Amino acid sequence: MWYYIHMKKLMDKKEMEEAIEKVCEEVKKEMGLSNLVIIGIKRRGDIIAKKIRECLEKKYKVDIPLGFLDITLYRDDFSKIGANPVISETDVLFNIDDKKVLLVDDVLYTGRTIRAALDAIVDLGRPSLVRLFVLIDRGHRELPISADFVGKKVEVKKNEMVEVKLKETDGVDEVLIVEKEK
Amino acid sequence: MKWEKKDLIGLEYLTKREIEYILDTAKSFKGVSTRSVKKVPALRGKTVVNLFFEPSTRTKTSFELAAKRLSADVLSFDVSTSSVSKGETIVDTAKNIEAMKVDCFIVRHSVAGAPELISRNVEAAVINAGDGCHEHPTQALLDLFTVREVFGKIKDVRISIIGDILHSRVARSDIWGFTKLGAKVMVCGPPPLIPIGIEKMGVKVTYHIEEAIKNSDIIYLLRIQKERQKENFLTSLKEYSFFYGIDQDRYESIKDKIFIMHPGPMNRGVEIKSEVAEKENSLILNQVTNGIAVRMAVLYLTIGSRK
Repeated sequence: MWYYIHMKKLMDKKEMEEAIEKVCEEVKKEMGLSNLVIIGIKRRGDIIAKKIRECLEKKYKVDIPLGFLDITLYRDDFSKIGANPVISETDVLFNIDDKKVLLVDDVLYTGRTIRAALDAIVDLGRPSLVRLFVLIDRGHRELPISADFVGKKVEVKKNEMVEVKLKETDGVDEVLIVEKEK
Repeated sequence: MKWEKKDLIGLEYLTKREIEYILDTAKSFKGVSTRSVKKVPALRGKTVVNLFFEPSTRTKTSFELAAKRLSADVLSFDVSTSSVSKGETIVDTAKNIEAMKVDCFIVRHSVAGAPELISRNVEAAVINAGDGCHEHPTQALLDLFTVREVFGKIKDVRISIIGDILHSRVARSDIWGFTKLGAKVMVCGPPPLIPIGIEKMGVKVTYHIEEAIKNSDIIYLLRIQKERQKENFLTSLKEYSFFYGIDQDRYESIKDKIFIMHPGPMNRGVEIKSEVAEKENSLILNQVTNGIAVRMAVLYLTIGSRK
């Protein structure tokens, strides 16, 4: 059982929307919109990816293919924690060969999720380019991985957790830093 | 829910929720086999041993592919050249192989209870791939998966299992699985091949195929195991085929509303006529395809429960 002992708001709805607007502009400038596809990492990364797609559609009148990755089967901690309770489906219904992939996740922490996601992407095809967007970069990397586009970078202590809440799953758009104790 | 069981011995020992959990997990594994790279690294570094004391092509191949698609190493143990033929007991055989640090045994044996006996003596996960006339749980799981895929549910689906119920471990596992998930199960066959008291498992009994057909969404044809008919329960295969086989005429009368399933290998001309096996409402090859996904799920969960 976890007990919340301290909570701090890192982003509100408006700031989250601005972060998404910003990444759309950066992606257009640095990756271009032709041959672009967006892949969100479940869970939460998929919803943020959907928001980015909608934003690009509204801003630039483009229809960008959107896919979702479940990286459970690519994790490196199977021997440590065993079978994951829930596996959901990987849903990338288009060919990613020679495409430019914008990979999307909510929080970048150890880098292990992204390592797994890159392996999963390589198994799906050979994109010409992969770039990473995360809403929050909280530091403490364990692997040499960095994000190309970041919503907000913040140093968060190891005993604290970053909770990204989204309207679709949690009823509210906000990002919290939560200090928890067992 | 978190999977806690290291072994899969039979559907009798699983709850409805556990069965559904395996089916849900299998669903996410199905996609892996349709990609160009048919492999995920989930079980990398794990070793799976096929311990088949009875011949099998389909089940063994299916398990082997399932393990390989999860990146496990697979060893198939050939009983005819093994020390079993020199008089070693199955427990000793399993313990010796386990001493080489393997993670999972897939066991088929002609004696009911053999996989359970092994499971009680080893730390590794044990999956029953068919034991005597007892159970064949992964077959029933893939049958459930196939039905759920076609009907979107299992509850209230009417399925008739036709053939040699007495000797069939597939029938036994299917009855456990389908009744637990709320399907309406009927068994049908010649009276000597229907075990007395089978109604207690929650199924209806009929000896007339027309009645089974009339009350079904799916007919599940069991293989008449010629090797098990030495006790003269059947007068002849021809007679069985006449009373219980699905031929063109019987098929014509039902084709609009019924799906056909079969665990394989088929005896064409006995329980099923060739022309029927190829029809569009035959789910026989879907079953084979789904077998991989279901076995991947079972391997992933049982090996995963060991940490």
